[in-house]
Amino acid sequence: MAATAQVFSLQLGMSSLSRIQMSTADLIRMRGIGKRFGRVTVLEGVDFTIRSGEVHILAGENGAGKSTLIKILGGIYQDFEGTVEKCEGDVGVAVIHQELSLIGPMSVADNIFLGRSPTRAGFVCDVKQREEAARWVRELGLEIDVQRPVETFPIAVQQLIEIAKALSQNARVMVMDEPTSALNAPEVKRLFDLIQTLKQRGCGIVYISHKMDEIERIADHITVLRDGKLVGSTPARELPPAKLISWMVGREWSEQFPRRTPTLGKERLRLESFDVPGAARQIDLTVRGGEVVGLAGLQGSGASELLLGLFGAYGDVITGEAWLDREKKRFTSPAQAIANGLGLLTNDRKATGLVMSLSIIANATLAGLRELSPGGWRQPDKEREAAEKTTAPMKLRAASLEMEVGALSGGNQQKVALAKWLQIRPKVLLLDEPTRGIDIAAKREIYQLIDELTGQGIAILLITSEMPELMTLSDRIIVLHRGTITAEFTRQEASPEKILAAAMGAAA
Amino acid sequence: MTLNRLKQFIGSAAGRASIALALVLIVGIIFNANGAFFRASTHRDALRQASVYGMLACGLTLVIISGGIDLAVGSVLALVAVCSAKMAIHWGWSGWLVVPASLLIGAACGTVSGWLTAALRIQPFIATLSMMAFARGLAKFASGGMKISPTMQNADGTYRNVDVPALFRRIDSRLLGENVSVVTLIFVACVACAWVALARHRWGRYLFAIGGNEEAARLSGVPVRWAKIGAYMASGLFSAAAGLCQAAQEQQGDPEAGTGYELTAIAMVVIGGTSLMGGRGGMGLTLLGVLIIGYLEKILSINAVPDAGRLMLTGVIIVAAVLTQRRRRSS
Repeated sequence: MAATAQVFSLQLGMSSLSRIQMSTADLIRMRGIGKRFGRVTVLEGVDFTIRSGEVHILAGENGAGKSTLIKILGGIYQDFEGTVEKCEGDVGVAVIHQELSLIGPMSVADNIFLGRSPTRAGFVCDVKQREEAARWVRELGLEIDVQRPVETFPIAVQQLIEIAKALSQNARVMVMDEPTSALNAPEVKRLFDLIQTLKQRGCGIVYISHKMDEIERIADHITVLRDGKLVGSTPARELPPAKLISWMVGREWSEQFPRRTPTLGKERLRLESFDVPGAARQIDLTVRGGEVVGLAGLQGSGASELLLGLFGAYGDVITGEAWLDREKKRFTSPAQAIANGLGLLTNDRKATGLVMSLSIIANATLAGLRELSPGGWRQPDKEREAAEKTTAPMKLRAASLEMEVGALSGGNQQKVALAKWLQIRPKVLLLDEPTRGIDIAAKREIYQLIDELTGQGIAILLITSEMPELMTLSDRIIVLHRGTITAEFTRQEASPEKILAAAMGAAA
Repeated sequence: MTLNRLKQFIGSAAGRASIALALVLIVGIIFNANGAFFRASTHRDALRQASVYGMLACGLTLVIISGGIDLAVGSVLALVAVCSAKMAIHWGWSGWLVVPASLLIGAACGTVSGWLTAALRIQPFIATLSMMAFARGLAKFASGGMKISPTMQNADGTYRNVDVPALFRRIDSRLLGENVSVVTLIFVACVACAWVALARHRWGRYLFAIGGNEEAARLSGVPVRWAKIGAYMASGLFSAAAGLCQAAQEQQGDPEAGTGYELTAIAMVVIGGTSLMGGRGGMGLTLLGVLIIGYLEKILSINAVPDAGRLMLTGVIIVAAVLTQRRRRSS
């Protein structure tokens, strides 16, 4: 891995050059693209051009039509209006999704050559495949054993393997759909360095992101969609962030969200020498009523595990002491934690947050169902009422509360996940990435909600990997590095630089 | 407005299963075997024959919705058939003792299956496969490998007959002017119980949540372990009811009874439209599935389709039913 770092530092040096001397030729021209599902028009008259050596940001709120456009580009939808013109013969398109499409138990080499292994007389030629795979992986500056199963590598490496796979298929156009959502800062940097390398090889990159700082760092060209229509397409330097946001949301506003000054109540949650084996050690912290305490940390900081451990998700392996409203508590199951007024919004609504096959009502009442069904008998009317009440403050956009949650957009799903925790009238809310993968409007609504909740005296422990969000929402910030607290800042003391330094383990 | 609702119904799982049932009945009307299909007794027997499978399907619906599977239902049926016959015929116990004891045996088997999967985290397929073998073996052990019937061997090698117990005669009787079998009524009661549990009780909602996303359910405070064990226990209870009915109808306890029944019962659940992946389905759908397969069998048998053809046709029709469901779903 040391070699990796070196390779990338070299490439970084070159990349600053490449920004200036880039030769851009059109790779794919999409003209007048339209797509309808039944009577619903999701795309209309969109032009989109991908040029070699260019990072083309595709921006827009959730539901703006980005993924539909990508599916047309990737050939998943064959039935659409308009034309897709490939300019240099058969330009391959590879889409690297948020959810990776690798097969976990199979080796890196098998994955790279899946379905097209080099064969001799019908048998896979293992040695050749291994060498070829190693060559592609090395090209990305990765020094890994290509015979190891993919699932044994961290997500960041898996993503690079997927890129290697795309390269080996001669893909000239690479679509990255929020590739950094599961990466920590150094990994993001490595990915961005790689993107520079890809540019130099003449690839065209389509990049979808909700993170402003990323867009600023790598964008060459930006196209914004809104409600299935093209808002504008312009070189990145001509589109300052404020303007980009106004293009996306269709109205001007300041990026900053004004959190009102909280009125701090009594201590609600206190941890002393709290240990989550393998993740967090000797954690001491307090959260008062009405306070938002931000937990900052890079990947591997143990913050998510700390919340899960506190919530009883790991059973009785936890040591140390926890007080809730000055009463000593010990939770060995989520059910116990919930019964005591603790709610945990997990960081992955699909995997651990919601039951996608159930209705909004069923999800919103799942944690509080015990109270809503005295004697075990459910009362559908009461459940509906409860769901209406908890979703009311969040501007949920859904045709009906009977809708399956899986059919909602990401932002609305997140609101349902939050509604579930409001139902139990929590004393303390643990929020792990409450705005991951949702659009700006929904984000703002969730910020508003957090503000209101603290106004009601609820204490909030917040994890977020987005610095602006952390700075905006937190009244106090506690920084974790490899499972221990390395710094604590008040709102006034905190700065992104100080937080990052502490999160990386630098002495204060 | 009504047209829209009709369209919506046809697109839903219940609508698809209803259409399939209607098709089966139309086939019956066309191939009516010289009017045999129009006789009340034909329908009474079709429903009676489907009832034992249907009881197994009730329990399986609960288990499958929770994301599991129970392969042991046929073997538990045999075990309960043998034990109830032993209690009622050999030992001469009254029905007031035989019924609860039988249900207890079924519930115990189900609880063990549930404990194996929910607490020891053995895959449901494997856990219930083991229970399937074990319960079958236990049935053979309890019966000494023989059918337990009213014909008993004396110590000197001669045979004597004892009366068929009142409990068995009662279960095997008909009501409402000979038009409804008691077994069918027991099945209807099972459907009602399972429906109430799934649609009206907190536990039912928990099963749906577990089947849809077990980890999310656990992190929402759902008592996953108990809910799952409960589902397998219920499956054992319904299998016990089926075993009692089977023994009553055969007037004996056959340790080989119910072999392969689990597959028919699973087919009934799946044809109804309950997803084998868990999280989606319902008791109403299973009732439709039971009727579809029950009537299909009856129509084939009144038309004297030979067993070989019947089996092959059943296989084809199951695939066809599931395929139409899938095609409609994707569009």
